[in-house]
Amino acid sequence: MISEALNKKFDELISHYPLKRSAIVPMLLFAQDEIGYVSEEVIQEIARRVEVRPIEVEEDIGYYAMLHREPIGKYNFQVCTNISCMLRGADEIFEHCSKKLGIGHRQISADGRFSLEEVECLGACCGGPAMQVNYDYYENLTPAKIDALIARLRGKG
Amino acid sequence: MPDYQNPMGNSPLEVKVISRRIGIPNSTSLDVYLQNDGYKGLQKALSMKPDDVCTEVKNSGLRGRGGAGFNTGMKWSFVPKQSPKPKFVVCNADESEPGTCKDRPLIEYDPHQLIEGIVIAGWAIQAHQGYIYIRGEYRYLMEILDHALAEARARGYLGKNILGSGFDFELHTHTGAGAYECGEETALLNSLEGLRGYPRVKPPFPAVVGLYGGPTVINNVETLSNVPHIVLNGADWYAKLGTPKNGGTRLFCLSGQINKPGVYELPMGFPLRRMIDEVGGGLPGGRKLKAVIPGGSSCPVLAADEVDVPMDFDSLAKIGSMLGSGGVVIIDDQTCMVKVARCIARFYANESCGWCIPCREGTNWMRGLLERFHGGGAVPEDPDELLDIALNMLGKTLCPLGDAAAMPTISLVKKFRNEFEEHLKLGYCPYEKKAVSVA
Repeated sequence: MISEALNKKFDELISHYPLKRSAIVPMLLFAQDEIGYVSEEVIQEIARRVEVRPIEVEEDIGYYAMLHREPIGKYNFQVCTNISCMLRGADEIFEHCSKKLGIGHRQISADGRFSLEEVECLGACCGGPAMQVNYDYYENLTPAKIDALIARLRGKG
Repeated sequence: MPDYQNPMGNSPLEVKVISRRIGIPNSTSLDVYLQNDGYKGLQKALSMKPDDVCTEVKNSGLRGRGGAGFNTGMKWSFVPKQSPKPKFVVCNADESEPGTCKDRPLIEYDPHQLIEGIVIAGWAIQAHQGYIYIRGEYRYLMEILDHALAEARARGYLGKNILGSGFDFELHTHTGAGAYECGEETALLNSLEGLRGYPRVKPPFPAVVGLYGGPTVINNVETLSNVPHIVLNGADWYAKLGTPKNGGTRLFCLSGQINKPGVYELPMGFPLRRMIDEVGGGLPGGRKLKAVIPGGSSCPVLAADEVDVPMDFDSLAKIGSMLGSGGVVIIDDQTCMVKVARCIARFYANESCGWCIPCREGTNWMRGLLERFHGGGAVPEDPDELLDIALNMLGKTLCPLGDAAAMPTISLVKKFRNEFEEHLKLGYCPYEKKAVSVA
């Protein structure tokens, strides 16, 4: 079921463009934020709303790195390992996250709470090493900061 | 709860134009913006002829801050006056060039400055609709922008009959969803039309055939943020802040192995060596400078003996590099340059959209060679092989991503060939045992 809030968001997004299909990627991302991933139902609904074939929606999903067809962790750790962060120890930060969470790149913890990804530059170069957990930025990371964050998120459930 | 600080640095050497409101409490609110000269540029622009606004911006010497460095007013002037199809202004807020983090604070702390610049651009080219294409990872910035847009709309700075002028302009944000390629302007247009972000063949250029086939101006966040100041204070004032043909100031993002990393607003043409030593406070722990990436990871790397250069578009082009997007990455003498090359190659291989074969194959080939180099399995032909692949990518792709992968690789192999040879001789990385972390 597409929620009432999401339906309204879809209406609003489509109204921004002279061509409905322009709203596909924003619709997919907002749907994913609510549901946790892009479901078959979402693809069908977006295709119907913007008047394209479902395969055209799937083409976009295959292209954009933030969109996924399967659920990921409730807290998705996205560690930047690009140049500015790498120079300040990002590889060690990624290793530390991997060890603490017990998962590797693009893996999900057994309880479904955490997932881990090595990602490209997040635009946090002056605060490197940096990561995003979902949409939240964490910068000037140290192993101790990561330990504290994981403990806090584990406590939150 | 996120955990990060305002990235803006603080140096007495700064000249603050577009960053001058950052740090004022509630700087995102419309009222605070209005108390600090907000929307005065728009008011003035609407009293001028659109062509005169174009000319003013052209004469200011403002050049594209996204990386290409094309004269902004000139770009606007290519838009045809009469067009059967609607015209558009698109703001490129897809900031993703590694080493670049300047558009983020501009939006976070001064969203109205950007909105004002976009509306002025709309007036100058007589467009009535605009979009801010913002990378998906910058969701919180999109929320800040959406709030500012609603405020501006409610108070008559956006929408119908702006400030009683009879001019209508509507503006919306549009989120991407993770694709470096979409920072390239024609890929961005495809993405905005709901397609995969593949580049388009140029010509026709977007100024003539752009979004939905209509004439379209695409400018970076920093570029558009400068526009209200130019209109308000004049082209001469702006031009004199910089060097000839390189008007104004520039946000430089100092990152990597530097004591005071941060985003600094400095006059165009500011000497790179002083930027490192005086603005950034030098390198940590008495380490020595080995190299600098002057404008994001797409730029050819400068060796330590090349940093006596003014930071403007023409001076860097003269020594074979680029000012790019303002991402100045400092690399110290304990860093393995083969590892730097591998990091850069991994990025472009990952982000190549696959549309052009030289880029799709070349980036992956370079990545493979650099993985084996750093891992100790290289053969003596590999440095020349890397150069050969890179040279066969240059200029052979629709968009600059292929060049962006080739150029830094060529510079790294040529300028630091001794390190590649050392890996070959030893069969392992001589730096690997040493800690790289300075955090």
